[in-house]
Amino acid sequence: MKARVFVTLKNGVLDPQGKAIGHALNGLGFGSVGEVRQGKVIDIELSESDAGKAKASLKDMCEKLLANTVIEKYEIELKA
Amino acid sequence: MKSAVVQFPASNCDRDAQVALEQMTGRKVPLVWHQDSQLPDVDLVVLPGGFSYGDYLRCGAMASQSRIMQAVKAHADRGGAVLGICNGFQVLCESGLLPGALMRNADLHFVCRPVGLEVNETQSAFTRKYSNGQRVVFPVAHGEGNYFADEETLNRLEG
Repeated sequence: MKARVFVTLKNGVLDPQGKAIGHALNGLGFGSVGEVRQGKVIDIELSESDAGKAKASLKDMCEKLLANTVIEKYEIELKA
Repeated sequence: MKSAVVQFPASNCDRDAQVALEQMTGRKVPLVWHQDSQLPDVDLVVLPGGFSYGDYLRCGAMASQSRIMQAVKAHADRGGAVLGICNGFQVLCESGLLPGALMRNADLHFVCRPVGLEVNETQSAFTRKYSNGQRVVFPVAHGEGNYFADEETLNRLEG
């Protein structure tokens, strides 16, 4: 089973990198660009066929290492 | 005072910390490898600066999961002193030994300059030789020195 984990900054946490990307896009002439937030995508292969168990295990991984829950939130997506 | 310095892959100034502690305390200061599971019998453990594990994932995130950190936590739980310098401070935040997190500097600039501080707490082992209100200057050098904690934590820290 494959999984994709999205780690992004919580709402309200300042994202200076996202801001810099937004400014750069405006500078390139993409005038419609408003707020930009940057995050991480982590692809994980699991030797687990039970979706429920996989999800529980991925949640544990996010809490322990993949996200710093003081500043970040995460979303887990399972793929067949 | 007996002390030790932990070494992670890509720690730096770890030898400097060792030499400084040896000169101050007049005792041998062992370097402890991050894969070790035990600390020597010491009063103070120092986590040095640098770029442990290449700052992969988040600064200090990988190092905070290394084997020696279990022993550092146990040492802290027993009331032992722990000093985290620069990346070492990030490791302490990531490990949960200190509250909050360190983020990319708000203006994205690397900051390298002396910073003036006022001593407001003279009860701790680290500040008891200062006087209340004394001004001190420390050098800083960081790209991720933007401390973040929720309101409740900040209120608790600021007393």
